[in-house]
Amino acid sequence: MTQQTMYEKIWNAHVIPDVFAPVPFLYIDRHFIHEATSPQAFAGLKAAGRKVRRPDLTFAVMDHSVPTTGRNWRLVTGNRAKLFEALDRNCRETGVRLFDLESQNQGIVHIIGPELGITQPGQTLVCGDSHTSTHGALGALAFGIGTSEVETVLATQCLPQFQSKTMQVRIDGKRPVGISAKDLMLAVIEKVGFAGGTGYVIEYAGEVVRALSVEERMTLCSMSIECGARAGMVSPDDTTFYYLKGRPYAPVGADFDAAMKGWNAWATDEGARFDALVTLDASNVKPKVTWGTNPGMVADIDQSVPEPSTYANSEERESVKSALEYMDLKPGTRIVDIAVDRVFVGSCSNGQLEDLREAARVLAGRKVAKSIKQALAVPASTQAKKQAEAEGLDKIFVEAGFEWRESGCSMCFGMNEDVLPSGERCASTSNRNFEGRQGKGGRTHLVSPSMAAAAAVAGHFIDVRAMPVNRSN
Amino acid sequence: MRPLKDHTGLVVPLDRIDVDTDQMVPKQFILRGTREGYGRDLFHDWRYLANGEPNPDFVFNFPRYQGASILLARANFGCGSSREHAAWAVRDYGFRIIIAPSFADIFYTNAFNNGVVLVTLPSEQMDELFKRTEEIEGYKLSVDLETMTITDDRQLRFPFKLDSFRRNRLLKGLDDIGSILEFSDALAKFEQRCNVIAAPQMTSPVDVRIAKPC
Repeated sequence: MTQQTMYEKIWNAHVIPDVFAPVPFLYIDRHFIHEATSPQAFAGLKAAGRKVRRPDLTFAVMDHSVPTTGRNWRLVTGNRAKLFEALDRNCRETGVRLFDLESQNQGIVHIIGPELGITQPGQTLVCGDSHTSTHGALGALAFGIGTSEVETVLATQCLPQFQSKTMQVRIDGKRPVGISAKDLMLAVIEKVGFAGGTGYVIEYAGEVVRALSVEERMTLCSMSIECGARAGMVSPDDTTFYYLKGRPYAPVGADFDAAMKGWNAWATDEGARFDALVTLDASNVKPKVTWGTNPGMVADIDQSVPEPSTYANSEERESVKSALEYMDLKPGTRIVDIAVDRVFVGSCSNGQLEDLREAARVLAGRKVAKSIKQALAVPASTQAKKQAEAEGLDKIFVEAGFEWRESGCSMCFGMNEDVLPSGERCASTSNRNFEGRQGKGGRTHLVSPSMAAAAAVAGHFIDVRAMPVNRSN
Repeated sequence: MRPLKDHTGLVVPLDRIDVDTDQMVPKQFILRGTREGYGRDLFHDWRYLANGEPNPDFVFNFPRYQGASILLARANFGCGSSREHAAWAVRDYGFRIIIAPSFADIFYTNAFNNGVVLVTLPSEQMDELFKRTEEIEGYKLSVDLETMTITDDRQLRFPFKLDSFRRNRLLKGLDDIGSILEFSDALAKFEQRCNVIAAPQMTSPVDVRIAKPC
């Protein structure tokens, strides 16, 4: 038998046989929906007199536009209220499980799937959000879709899909102390290029990836779309199984042992061929800070903002020039000399318990600089918030001068009240630094949680490795 | 969807790489739970000044490009967020065709699902189209889906490729759900056979609220 990649195994197991159509139909095992991209899909179904085929495989949560200052969505007014009402009503009418704002299991959709054990190895999983690739960290084929596709999955539990090319990103070497999964992923995007992953599904492999926790693997996978890839995934291993054991939707007892055997079989075979191979030596990775308006525009903390004329390609030169104009940065400015106005710790890429711990280790015994207008800590899920509070992390954040909030997507893209004001600069642990992403005219610099905390303390970017850290926290 | 066999229209150039969907429809406009009316929001932050007046420096506001239905774009058009609002806005603005050297995956699917045709051409041909559009006022292109060619009235003729699935769907005006439901039996058989798609069960207590039918 020929060796197969995990992607090929999952693909082959989910293409519906005996369908004579010009494109394969891929069966979808788990479908997640949220308030921002599903109302039009339900309206479309209703208008056509169609039903939700598998409400039992569909899960709903409120996350994209939820307030982070309270948990009662019925107090929200305006257009957002209509989105919450629509999701609540649509779920009631169709029998779809909803984790609403008051649920103890509420959180960013890509966090609660793994956290509840709904996401499992070998599954196909979709959601109307481009960061759905996050779920791939557990060895699932997970990708973002548009609203018309949400409607198609609701009605048929299938999607017409063309097979993607495969790319293996191998991260080997020794990960230096102070380098997080975020730094590794920004280094990957820098190497692959902002559009270099288009048409590919990425599998992350190598000794460094093997040693990452599931949460860290989720950081890598979530940002796969930031280099254009359809999905990101990591072959399941003992780390994955240990993570899943005891989760609310994971099998128990003998069922778990049986499931584990099945899960193991999805991993990429030794010697399987990929269409593209990218390697990264983690030993050389330094803390990363983006300076431009896409995640590929990134530098090391000890570097400077680049000179547009150093780019060989004229389109890229123009793009860098326009990015620097938007970011109000001059070529040659040292990254450490860039002062920030606000700090955001959160998002599906970096809002989990481990991320909060990482930031708290830097903040312990320190204060946010006086020049910082706002520092927000927004856990990625209600469970992460509770666990962080049980460990006393909330106190560290608050004593340092952060606001400790309820979970949601928040200032990652400011669909709620947490908006970055025009002209202000933010050190953000989120995943996108597009123009206006966090708020119209806002300027986003993507960093790891510890680098965000360090910037909050210093008032400007600073190499967190030079800050003594109290490891006992 | 209405069938589309060919289209001729005025061309507007957007000479910028990596245009993302956050830029096409900023998030403050995606709070509406509808599919219609996003045309006025398309490229909002580039198109309008702070006081709400049209920005005269943005190409969409040039008098010569009013009424354009074909958009010329650069590499990696439509990257970022999966929001279909970007495709709805393009369509509602009046675009039927976007021509670029490459498109982001999710936007590619979203556009076709709304009857907007995305044509991929090599960079050199794109440069020629940009040149002609900027030099010739009122420049129009014709896109023929049956012969898969782009032409103008000055002897330009570029063939392009489009997969038979999407092409057929446009020509006949089909939608995905209808095409899949034609194979209901194969689908049902697959669901019965595969225990991987058994309904997920809660195995330990969790405070999930299972919505009850109204």
